[in-house]
Amino acid sequence: MKKTICYAFVQSLPILCGYLFLGMAFGLLLQKAGYNFIWAFFISLTVYAGSGQFLLISFLSGSVSWFNMAFMTFMLNSRHIFYGLSFIERFQAMGKAYPYMIFSLTDETYSVLCSLKVPDGIDEKKASFFIALFDHCYWILGGILGTIAGELIPFDTTGVDFAMTALFVVIFIEQWLESKNHIPVWIGGISSVGCLCIFGADNFILPSLIVTVSLLLMVKKQMIETGGEQLEC
Amino acid sequence: MNVDTNTVIGIIALCAVVTFGTRVLPFLCFGGKRKVPEAVTYLGKVLPPAIIITLIVYCIRTVDFTVAPRGIPEFVAIGIVAVLHVWKRNNLLSIGVGTACYMILVQAIF
Repeated sequence: MKKTICYAFVQSLPILCGYLFLGMAFGLLLQKAGYNFIWAFFISLTVYAGSGQFLLISFLSGSVSWFNMAFMTFMLNSRHIFYGLSFIERFQAMGKAYPYMIFSLTDETYSVLCSLKVPDGIDEKKASFFIALFDHCYWILGGILGTIAGELIPFDTTGVDFAMTALFVVIFIEQWLESKNHIPVWIGGISSVGCLCIFGADNFILPSLIVTVSLLLMVKKQMIETGGEQLEC
Repeated sequence: MNVDTNTVIGIIALCAVVTFGTRVLPFLCFGGKRKVPEAVTYLGKVLPPAIIITLIVYCIRTVDFTVAPRGIPEFVAIGIVAVLHVWKRNNLLSIGVGTACYMILVQAIF
């Protein structure tokens, strides 16, 4: 058991750095929005989604409708639907930990579990569970540290909210470099800028994503014929 | 605070439930070994980049190009993040340096 926990900890180390940093950025933003570490703890414990929690902070201004909040959160996190597809059988075999494994399947945990190759003498199911649990703890800790740092260090945080934009730009670059076919980016980019011009800053997300999904489904045949790409993992 | 405590709890609960919903959906739909439809697999491949570019637009949606500084800090900082990331491929470095540059731009220069 101890060996398995040690193994899981070592596997989760890359996520430790990432989650502490990103969690702290979230905490700083949350603190700037007027919420202390108790809020950070509960949000990171229950929502547990990196970019989703940044989006949540933008909802706290009160200018987004309930429907749009649910819709945007769903669309942003819709990639999780496709992560789960790779783990259906593996998670079903995990007994009591099954619901927690589903709950804690973030981008980072997904990437670690995807590439996990356990050596002899290590229980793969237990190792997977502890990796997921450690990642969750790092994320919560990062958020708490961020809010506390924001309170203790009274520096001018104007512009710290750019961390959210930077995060999306980083994800964007990663996707761009990994994929040869950039048509989805053009479709998403043109429809969002177009809808922003037509519907304005408060109302463009829903029409934009509807247009995007429709266009993507319309070019499905051509995309599959030219790309022939498969889902990884 | 712009909204009251109950609303905040409601927003958190909504985000938590919807987020968990996206994670549990494939297990509910395809847990019984039903075959995954081709359209779902296809959207799983092409939707994420389209959504991320939409969210970048969402992040800069309130930038006004008709008045100073005309979005210059946003575009300079996004450029820095992009170039740095293509060069080093280090998430923390790109986000950290990019955010720091943006903070300097909006606080000290524009």
